[in-house]
Amino acid sequence: MIGKIRGTGSFVPPRTLDNNDLSGMVETNDAWIRERTGVVRRHIIEEDNTVSMAVKAARNALENSRIAPEEIDLIIVSTISSNVVLPCAACEVQKEIGAVNATCFDLNAACTGFVFAYNTAQAYIAGGIYKTVLIIGAESLSNLVDWRDRGTCILFGDGAGAAILQTEEGESFPVISHSDGTKGGALTCESRHTKVYANLSGIEKKDITFASGDPTYMHMDGQAVFKFAVRKVPEAVNELLAAAQLETEDIDYFLLHQANKRIVEAVAKRLHTGIEKFPMNLDEYGNTSSASIAILLDEMNRSGKLIAGQKLVMTGFGAGLSWGASLLVW
Amino acid sequence: MLEKIQELVAEGLGVNASEVVETANFKEDLGADSLDLFELVMSLEEEFGVEIPTEDLENIATVGDVIKYIEAHK
Repeated sequence: MIGKIRGTGSFVPPRTLDNNDLSGMVETNDAWIRERTGVVRRHIIEEDNTVSMAVKAARNALENSRIAPEEIDLIIVSTISSNVVLPCAACEVQKEIGAVNATCFDLNAACTGFVFAYNTAQAYIAGGIYKTVLIIGAESLSNLVDWRDRGTCILFGDGAGAAILQTEEGESFPVISHSDGTKGGALTCESRHTKVYANLSGIEKKDITFASGDPTYMHMDGQAVFKFAVRKVPEAVNELLAAAQLETEDIDYFLLHQANKRIVEAVAKRLHTGIEKFPMNLDEYGNTSSASIAILLDEMNRSGKLIAGQKLVMTGFGAGLSWGASLLVW
Repeated sequence: MLEKIQELVAEGLGVNASEVVETANFKEDLGADSLDLFELVMSLEEEFGVEIPTEDLENIATVGDVIKYIEAHK
């Protein structure tokens, strides 16, 4: 059995910050940001939060798929920036959309999150455990970004995307996924909920000072992340294509995590494939971590770009480090 | 080695090999930005089997710096 995508949805907050807005906050400018990232503006939450965006994306996916919420038997929310720890974001979504029959949990694989959620959904479906699965990537990265750090604050944005998979006869696809925790230092963000008890009881009461800024904001070694992405993504795609006995020519679109235009271009070059097969929307949203592929997929679906039978490759890569590539037949 | 580096730099940055002289500054003379340098570093690493970490890349400004770095680390 395989999971077939029956519908998609997305939601991005209406408030935008363009590059000129940022140039008033940190030492940067529009041309510099465009040239090095491809980002022109990003959407930032005001009234919304990670759960509310996940709910809106889920409602749009339900409407698009014409599936009733009661049919859903698993909800996975991929997020690194949820406004809730307990209950999990997926349970909050369940409550809001009335998916009373669903089991719910969250998943953290950073920018690879949507691909890992898709793989998890496929595995449950292939195992015959669940039939209808709602997967959501939802992020409020504006809450994790240090808005005084021009190296990172220009990159990220907020938003959510969702897809509903339903079981169908067919042979399951190969799954390519990897993690390398030894390289995790390239992209970090510590929890803000640390040492509460220790500080309270005087066990470890000391001033926390950090040489390279507050570790509870996102920190990134740009060169390490760029090289990781540009090396590992083409490798994972080639691994996937070999396992599926396909060539790059057989793939209609490569949906890469929307981290940076220059990464997407470098990956296309290494795969010897025209950039037109690599749709991008990061100019509008920036890097929305686990929401990026889901939003892109929804936009392609709703603009009529996707035709039944087309083969898509989704690849995520990011903190962990984790990366993966999955096949999707539309 | 110089010829191979010249070839990789010229190809990576889209400049003529004749411009890739030892005194050429990547950013000022060859028009490279930081991400161009990352890509160039990747091709040099793959060609010469060295690793140029972020903190070392900060000290590399010219073609001559790259040649010295690779000679010292390969």
